[in-house]
Amino acid sequence: MTDLEVLDGSPAAPPRDNGELIFEAPWQSRAFGVAADLVASGHFTWNDFREYLIEAISEWEAVESDEQQSWDYYSCWLAALERILTKRSFLDGKEFEIRAAQYASRPHGHDH
Amino acid sequence: MTERHDHTHETNAGSSQIRTAALEDLLVEKGIVDRSRIDSLVERFEHDLGPMIGARLVARAWLESEFQSRLVRDADEVLRQENIRGAEIEHVEVKVNEPGVHNVVVCTLCSCYPWALLGLPPAWYKSPEYRARVVREPRKVLEEMGLSLEPDTEIRVWDSSSETRFLVLPEQPAGSEGLSMEDLAALVTRDSMIGVAKALNP
Repeated sequence: MTDLEVLDGSPAAPPRDNGELIFEAPWQSRAFGVAADLVASGHFTWNDFREYLIEAISEWEAVESDEQQSWDYYSCWLAALERILTKRSFLDGKEFEIRAAQYASRPHGHDH
Repeated sequence: MTERHDHTHETNAGSSQIRTAALEDLLVEKGIVDRSRIDSLVERFEHDLGPMIGARLVARAWLESEFQSRLVRDADEVLRQENIRGAEIEHVEVKVNEPGVHNVVVCTLCSCYPWALLGLPPAWYKSPEYRARVVREPRKVLEEMGLSLEPDTEIRVWDSSSETRFLVLPEQPAGSEGLSMEDLAALVTRDSMIGVAKALNP
């Protein structure tokens, strides 16, 4: 399980050489971090996850372009994460939809 | 259960935010993930990982031809020896740019990328346009990204996969002879190691 031993042995904290943001919104970094933690703790591997990511991306690409939402990589990432988690029974789909609906109905400013 | 999620791609940013919060909270409550671990993982990817690790390899390859041959022959062995480990570099191949040959890297299916050498990929690398077009019309895409190549330069496009990640070894810029490894590494940009740019001039 070396997948997440990201920096071990490498020189610490190399500067980034470009000003681009890695994540454009906080939820994107959380969706990334949840997947990274699941991999780090051995619930699945990046290769397992990748299959779901490829599927989510190709489904996005299969949509006719006039109906297509604008491209958002992390919404594909999130779709892949939802699927692998329900498929492997870490999440109950129904429970998840109920929770999401609850959060959606909260007054603005109270969702994380 | 999959059919429940067919609407996912209709979600807008607001509902992605809500769904992510719901997902994280449920997993935390079940003890499957841990918030402080997630925090520190994100922190590492945002701040500690970046193209400087790849840039040092390139700079050293420019300085030491023996190191360059080893890197090209068996990058995995070199990374082991240099104690560079981590996510998404289980098998790396280094492709050398030289007069008449230019290499460029893509992942046509998703976003495979050598994280531990370059950090997380930039947004354009993951975009459907780049992924589709750089294979079909690499010269045009590179030109749009600001890299004009000689008409007789052969362009080799490498498609990353779960098995193989690629690092481009850009040509050493003229006038950089005699620079220290550190100064050389500063010329090696992330984009030059993906192959959509040349190394900077000193």
